[in-house]
Amino acid sequence: MISGNLPALQVVLPLFGAILCALARRGWLAWFIALVVSWIVPVIAVGMILQVLDSGPISYAMGGWTPPIGIEYRVDLLNAFVLLLISAVGAVMLPYANLSVQSEIDEDKQAWFYALYLLCLTGMLGIAITGDAFNAFVFLEVSSLSTYAMIALGKDRRALLAAYQYLIMGTIGATFYVIAIGILYSMTGTLNMVDMSNRLGDVATVRPLFAALAFLTVGISLKFALFPLHSWLPNAYAYAPTFATAFLAATATKAAVYLMLRFFFAVYGVAIVFGIHPVSEILIVLSILAMFAASIVAVFQDNIKRMLAYSSVAQIGYITLGFGLANAQGLTGAIVHLANHAVTKGALFLAVGGIVYRMGAARLEDFKGIGRQMPLTMAGFTIAGLSIIGVPGTAGFVSKWYLAIAALEQGWGWLVILLVLSSLISVIYIGRVVEMAYFREPEGKALEARDMPLSMMIPAWVMILGTIYFGVETSWTAGIAAQIANDLLAGVQ
Amino acid sequence: MKFDTILRVGTKLLLPFILVFGLYVQFHGDYGPGGGFQAGVIAAAMVIFYAITFGLDAAKRAMPPILVETLIGLGVLLYTGVGVVSMLKGGEFLNYSVLEHDPVAGQHIGILLVELGVLITVFATMTAIFYSFAGRGR
Repeated sequence: MISGNLPALQVVLPLFGAILCALARRGWLAWFIALVVSWIVPVIAVGMILQVLDSGPISYAMGGWTPPIGIEYRVDLLNAFVLLLISAVGAVMLPYANLSVQSEIDEDKQAWFYALYLLCLTGMLGIAITGDAFNAFVFLEVSSLSTYAMIALGKDRRALLAAYQYLIMGTIGATFYVIAIGILYSMTGTLNMVDMSNRLGDVATVRPLFAALAFLTVGISLKFALFPLHSWLPNAYAYAPTFATAFLAATATKAAVYLMLRFFFAVYGVAIVFGIHPVSEILIVLSILAMFAASIVAVFQDNIKRMLAYSSVAQIGYITLGFGLANAQGLTGAIVHLANHAVTKGALFLAVGGIVYRMGAARLEDFKGIGRQMPLTMAGFTIAGLSIIGVPGTAGFVSKWYLAIAALEQGWGWLVILLVLSSLISVIYIGRVVEMAYFREPEGKALEARDMPLSMMIPAWVMILGTIYFGVETSWTAGIAAQIANDLLAGVQ
Repeated sequence: MKFDTILRVGTKLLLPFILVFGLYVQFHGDYGPGGGFQAGVIAAAMVIFYAITFGLDAAKRAMPPILVETLIGLGVLLYTGVGVVSMLKGGEFLNYSVLEHDPVAGQHIGILLVELGVLITVFATMTAIFYSFAGRGR
C-alpha cells in the first residue's frame, strides 16, 4: 500500500505536517514536526527515483479518476530528480532552522513559520510531481503564497515592503501562467500534460499556441526571476528570515525552472518552441545580460544577503543559457546547474546565516576580521564562494563546463569567453567579502564572535562538502542530468 | 450602539437565519449551486455582522481567536484526513469510493466530509482576516 501511494504521500505528508505545526502553536514542537516530515520526504523521493530508474515513469491517479480526465501525478526521471533535490535540501537545512528562527522570529509566530515552510515545501514538491497543468498552477500559488508570508516575517520592517513587491510580481506571473493554461485548454481540450503534448500536433491554428507560449514563458520567468523580471528577488532574499532565504534560494526558483523545462521540452517539444520563433536567441541574450548585469550589481552591494541574491539572478542566467542552447550538452548543463546552484547557494546563505546569528546583521563591515573569529564558518563561505566562481573541483565548475562544451558545439567560441568573463566578476564580489574577513582587524561586536553553534554548523558544512562532492563525483548529478536531457530532446514521455 | 434597540434586536433575529442559509448552501451543494467556499463565507458573515453591531470584543468572546485559529487547521485536517483514510482503505488519495462498501455511498460521504472541511477552514479564515483587520491600531 505504501509503495503504491508514494506519489501522493510525497505531497500529502508535508501538507499534513503544516497543519500539525499550525495546531501545535509552540515553536520547538513545530520545529520537531517539521524536522520529522523533512527527513521522511526525501526518503519517499529516493524510493520513487529508484522505482523510476528500475521500471520507468510512475503514474498515479488522484482520487481514483483515471488520467487524462482526473489529475495525474506522473513521476519520470526529471520529476524524481527535482523532487529529490528539493526535499534533500529541506532535510539538510531544517536542523539549522531551530536556533536561527529563535533568534529572528517572535515566539508566537515561530509555529506559523514552520507551518509556512512546510506549505512552501508542499507547493514546490507538488509543482514537481504533478502531471496536470492546472494542478501545477495551484501548487505554484501554494508555494508562492506561503513564501510571501515567510518573507514578511523578517525582522527588518522593509521585509513587509519586499513581500508586498514579490506578491504583486508573483501574482502577475501566476496570472500569465493561468492565461496560458486557459488558451492551451481551449485549443487542446485537456489539462493533462502528456495528453496536451500529444494533441498539440493536431491543432490547426498555431497562432494561439504561440500566444500561450509567450504568456507561459513570461509568467514562469517572473517566478524564477529571469533577468529583466528579477526586481522582486534581491529585496525578498535580503530581508526574509535567514533560514527562509537559504531555503528559498536553494529551492524556490528551481521548482519554477522545472516547470519551464517541462513545458518547453515535454509539452511543446523542441521543434515547436525553438524551430519557428527566435526563442533561443531571446533566451541567450537575456541570460548573458543576467550573467553580467546582475553580477556587476552584486559587486556594489553592501548587504551580503542582497549581494548573494543578485548573484542568484546571475546564476539563473546560466540555467536559462542552457535552455537557450537547446542541445544535449546545454540542457545537461542547465539541469546540473539546478542541483549545483541549489547546493552552492544554500551553503553560502547558511554560512552568512551564522554571521547574522552572531553579529545581528550581514553588512560588509560586519565581516571585518570574521575569518579569525569564526574560522569554520568563513572557511565554508570561501569554499562555497569558489563554487559560485566555478573553480575546478567544485560543483560550479561542472555545470559551467557543460555549458562551455555546449557553446563550442554550436561553434560559439565568444560565448565561452563571456562565460569566463562573467565568472571573473563573481571573483570580485566573493573576493570583497573574503578580503574583509581575512585581512582586516576585527572590531566591536566581532571581537566576541565565535563560530556558529553545532546545530547550525553541521547543516552548513553538509552543504559545503556537497559543493565539493558534486564537483568531483558527478554520476548522480551530471549522469542523471545527461539522461534527462537526452530523454527531453528525444521527446520521450 | 447601546441605544439602537432596533439594530440590536434585528441583528439577533437575523443571526440564526444567516447560519441556516449558510448550512443550506453547504449541504445543498451536492445537488445544486453551492458548497464549502460559499457557505464558509456566509457563516463568517454572521460573525462579522455580530461584530459590527455589538463590537469586536463581544464577537471575540463569542468566537475566541484561539478557536478560530485552531479551526483553520482542523478544516484542512478533515480534508486531508479523508484522503488519508481512503489511502488506508486501499484506494488512491481522496478516492471516496472505498470509504463505504458501496462506491456511490462512499462518493457521497467523501464529498460531504471534504466540503465540511472546506466550510470550516473558509469560515475560520474569513473570521481571522476580519479580526486582524478590525483589531489593527487598537
